[in-house]
Amino acid sequence: MNPGSFDAVTAVLVIPAATAALLAVLPGYRLTSRLNVLAAFLTFLAALSLLVVRPLPGLYLLVDDTNIVFIVLSTFVGFTTSAFSASYIAHELETGRLTPINLRFYHAMYQVLMFAMNLALVSNSVGLMWVAIELATLTTVLMVGIYRTHQALEAAWKYFILGSVGIALALFGTILVYMAARPVVGEGVDAMLWTVLIDHVAAFDPGMLNVAFVFLMLGYGTKVGLAPLHAWLPDAHAEGPTPISAVLSGLLLNVALYAVLRFKMLLAGNSGALAPGPLMITMGLSSLLLASFMLYRRRDIKRLFAYSSIEHMGIITFAFGLGGPLANFAGLLHMTMHSLAKSGIFFAVGHIAQVKDTQKIADIRGLTTGHPALGWGFLIAVVAIAGLPPFGIFMSEFLVATSTIAHQPWLALPLVIGLLVSFGALILRLQGMAFGAPSPQPHKPVSASLVPLWAHLSLVLLAGLHLPAALVQWFQSVARILG
Amino acid sequence: MQMHSLSFDVSHTLAGSLVLISFMMLYQDRLYSLLNVFALHALVLALSVAWQAFVQNAPHLYVTAAIALIFKAIIIPVALHRIVKQLGIHRDIESAVGIGPTMLAGMGLVALSMVLMLRVTAEADPLAREDLAFALSVVLLGLLVMVTRRNAVSQVVGFMSLENGLILAATGAKGMPLVVEISVAFSILIAFIVIGIFLFRIRERFDTVDLQALERFRGEQP
Repeated sequence: MNPGSFDAVTAVLVIPAATAALLAVLPGYRLTSRLNVLAAFLTFLAALSLLVVRPLPGLYLLVDDTNIVFIVLSTFVGFTTSAFSASYIAHELETGRLTPINLRFYHAMYQVLMFAMNLALVSNSVGLMWVAIELATLTTVLMVGIYRTHQALEAAWKYFILGSVGIALALFGTILVYMAARPVVGEGVDAMLWTVLIDHVAAFDPGMLNVAFVFLMLGYGTKVGLAPLHAWLPDAHAEGPTPISAVLSGLLLNVALYAVLRFKMLLAGNSGALAPGPLMITMGLSSLLLASFMLYRRRDIKRLFAYSSIEHMGIITFAFGLGGPLANFAGLLHMTMHSLAKSGIFFAVGHIAQVKDTQKIADIRGLTTGHPALGWGFLIAVVAIAGLPPFGIFMSEFLVATSTIAHQPWLALPLVIGLLVSFGALILRLQGMAFGAPSPQPHKPVSASLVPLWAHLSLVLLAGLHLPAALVQWFQSVARILG
Repeated sequence: MQMHSLSFDVSHTLAGSLVLISFMMLYQDRLYSLLNVFALHALVLALSVAWQAFVQNAPHLYVTAAIALIFKAIIIPVALHRIVKQLGIHRDIESAVGIGPTMLAGMGLVALSMVLMLRVTAEADPLAREDLAFALSVVLLGLLVMVTRRNAVSQVVGFMSLENGLILAATGAKGMPLVVEISVAFSILIAFIVIGIFLFRIRERFDTVDLQALERFRGEQP
């Protein structure tokens, strides 16, 4: 193994872990928030270096075509969110919603979350990935409850209960995968490694794999926020600190989806096993339809975009369930675009909630006149997430729709209905919030840093206008592996 | 049949009694008795894991057995006892569904897991497949406890019995790596949440751990 390249994978894990320990003991907002940003940036650089030099798979860590997309995306959004978090948290400290002790806890937990997500993405072992996703769940539960209001505690409790049941089911599925692998691969660590499993999967007992996949799909599907297991998601997004909503929507849902995709690849390698497609298509479509109608009844701005996340995760799961190079390509693109656009929206929403001192949609009016930079940024971000051209999400949704029409035309009807309904809901809500006379507001200047928002939006716009050929090739190769 | 050796019989008995104790949880209508039954559940799990460690000659499983014994059979029930006492909810009869339908549903779930697992694992060795069928029953019964109880303490107990089922499955899968790590990870998860109920959160804010009281604070209400 090349020692220099091994360092990059280790760095992706060690930097957040070490920083978390450091942030837990260091006092002071100025220092710790900068350290947080710096650590996230270094992690991102380490992840970028993986693009150039890729280490060989080890016993525990693995970097291949599939997960490198996720690692780079995850560390990038982690970095921009930490920059947003610095300006967001400053305001929360001023208004006294967070105490200095809470802040220390928050920063440490942020890095632990980054560590857990990166570990889940790079782990070569099915069991290690499960432990990492459990750790990520635990840290986000604690962060969601950090404000200790009634609502925050209820949201954290609900998230804990549903999330734990989800990961428990996923563990049962993981054990079944091991049991299926054991007769072929032999006992011990080997029977849990992705690299070994994928080579031998053709000889596994298909019945065991089928049952295992159902458990894994339900378990990790809970974490993806797929209907009917989505109940935790809106509460957790609405009641926690907004940077956490951004990380939840932009990253954690992807990590859980990554786990589902890995197991889907495994099943695709066994001819006797059931096709995972129909299960994913059903869950994806029902999430899309449910969320799109639920969007109309939202009164809380963060809940609105939480439901929009359910909707988009539904589209992505649907696309991967459909399978084939084109649909997988569309799914990957949509996942990337959604991560960027949705976390961008939460950056804007965080500052809007601070400026207006409320999360109620009815009390937010005339953003574009009251706060032009923030308002227009928000407007553009919502237009992007709603799926209008020229943004990247338009392109990926278009690709999903065309590949549906090509393969299974009758599925295109519910898909397009879902897309249109949610589009209508978002534009309807957007009008009220962005235009009209500005609502009266407490006179409190908020120093909002809009750089992360614009960075994300320009990436989404660039992807919509022109996807670099290298990126297209890369997505295409991953799409082929996904089968 | 030759395969019915002593080791098979003992592990079979222990796994079977876990399922029975899970059933006992279903009809406990007092929190104290529920906690006592859970302590018994954890004790039997510890015995079962220790037996697996002995049979499979896998000393690391003794760690998992010790965690089950010390943490889940002693520390957690004692801590929850104190919480229940402090909150004064020990007299509460708190199941959301009647005992009759719950028991029927429990029997249905056990039958389901037997049919499913025994059919699917026809080629696996008999010890592993029956262990797995029992483990799935325990998992599903744990879920049932969580669904039929309103109260946060008994939901946690339901979750812990569910987790006991997972540990049973993991130790029954011969030579599975990371079992100890997984049981430690679960223990941390549970410890956090028990501390959460106990110290600040739910008690301080709600003066009750009844989830119906939590439901009142739904954010969507105008």
